[in-house]
Amino acid sequence: MSVLTEEVEALLYLFAAVCFILALRGLASPKSARRGNLLGALGAVVGVATVFLAEELSNVALILIVIAVGSAISVPASRMVKMTQMPQLVALFNGVGGGAAAVVAYLELGAADSLGFKIAVAFTIFVGSISFSGSVITFAKLQEMMTTRPVMFAGQQYLMALLTVAALAGSVLLVLQGSFLLGTALMVVGLVMGVLLVLPVGGADVPIVISLLNAMTGLAVAASGLVLGNTLLLVAGTLVGASGTILTRAMASAMGRSVNNIIFGAFKGGSTAGSTEISDRPVKSGSAEDVAILLGYAQRVIVVPGYGLAVAQAQHTMYELAKALEGKGIEVVFGIHPVAGRMPGHMNVLLAEANVPYEVLQEMDEVNPQFKTADVCLVVGANDVVNPAAKTTPGSPIYGMPILDAGEAKQVVFLKRSMRPGFAGIENELLYEPNTTLLFGDAKETLSKVLSAVKAL
Amino acid sequence: MESIELLTYFVLAVFVGFEVVSKVSSTLHTPLMSGANAIHGIILVGAIVVAGHADETWKLVLALIAVLMATVNLVGGFVVTDRMLEMFGGKKKSSEGAAS
Repeated sequence: MSVLTEEVEALLYLFAAVCFILALRGLASPKSARRGNLLGALGAVVGVATVFLAEELSNVALILIVIAVGSAISVPASRMVKMTQMPQLVALFNGVGGGAAAVVAYLELGAADSLGFKIAVAFTIFVGSISFSGSVITFAKLQEMMTTRPVMFAGQQYLMALLTVAALAGSVLLVLQGSFLLGTALMVVGLVMGVLLVLPVGGADVPIVISLLNAMTGLAVAASGLVLGNTLLLVAGTLVGASGTILTRAMASAMGRSVNNIIFGAFKGGSTAGSTEISDRPVKSGSAEDVAILLGYAQRVIVVPGYGLAVAQAQHTMYELAKALEGKGIEVVFGIHPVAGRMPGHMNVLLAEANVPYEVLQEMDEVNPQFKTADVCLVVGANDVVNPAAKTTPGSPIYGMPILDAGEAKQVVFLKRSMRPGFAGIENELLYEPNTTLLFGDAKETLSKVLSAVKAL
Repeated sequence: MESIELLTYFVLAVFVGFEVVSKVSSTLHTPLMSGANAIHGIILVGAIVVAGHADETWKLVLALIAVLMATVNLVGGFVVTDRMLEMFGGKKKSSEGAAS
């Protein structure tokens, strides 16, 4: 079906590539984000249509059926997934993309003739495989199908070193010989390395790893563009690889960590290892009425929402409580930590879902100086983002992460399900401070109780 | 395609990629990651090419698996990003409504 001339094909690919660039630029600002994403989708449609029209293809009917099946799977999945589970879904989508790139390069093994193309094939197979298996493990961690704690075993770093050597040797051999057997071996090494790379990463760092794997898939796609001599794949993949790298670094710095530390930290014993044991130290727990009185007689309240709030689907109740307090002339703001939730910026999405207006959400730098003058800091379903260990305990896994200074408020109220430590698995000293009150229970239930108690004041 | 030409595209795209996301606020990190994730689903184009050129059954089967995976990445990625951004848009409207 090659109905397009080469010039038209190249022009259409150029159009699609420009759409992708504009999509990424649009996504960088809230006003243009949605339009940007739609532009990206338009670019994708044009790109896919072009390949059907420009290339001499067989099996077209089969390909179209499979595309229909893929869409039938992914559209409902993306429409129905809960916003709290979004990071998992992104990890999964990223993984299958990486897998597809690896398979494409693998099948082009026989066709690659020049040295440069063979190197690109080896690179794509290897990196795509890492991205695939790494994303699957990430998915399992986020879905809590496996432990969120770092998994380490004796000799892990030696095994990793051995695999790196094997991967290098395999790549060289593949470039020299180009047999499918070697291609398969390289794929297997990549898959195992992907698993080993993500296993030692602690729960709190998992989002950064998704971003990193995202960038890696981008590079694998770019390399597959070299393999196929397709400029659109090359440009789109490179864009994602480059922007993904910047994004990964931005996220890591928001958490006060370096990317190297996250990936290789566990091997040196420096990652987010922690305990999930329940401490039996004494804490002060209160009733919903106690909390309502604290809140009702405050002048300034800062709410620190966390992932637990969203899991309990309590954003609406939280916002109603905030409005009820405002009705009593109490100033309420939300302090949003950049990595609140399970992904940077995740909390903003979760609160947006509940129609909490943008103006009451304040970023960390904005809200931190206000804690000193706040009467009550209400921490709902958050833990690690207010953990003073990040400032005071150099040995702590989260040491150096910027936190919200909740402890500086006159009173701190924690709404928690239990004494179980947070996602990073680290004990929080703030829970044992004398000015801290704990209110146990499901966030939605306890918040409604507090809400009715506040209304009754 | 000449290798040197492809290298040129690659280097230029690296700079564009760095440039477009250098000043993004942390509020949009999640949609941006998800959007970038959708874009690399364009590997679908590559999967279609290898599936269309597959000359043996096992190759066709593998290639179709790649087509399936790439479609899920591409279509799902854009849909989920749009869903997220829809909320950002809705929020803006409702807050404007509250202000007026």
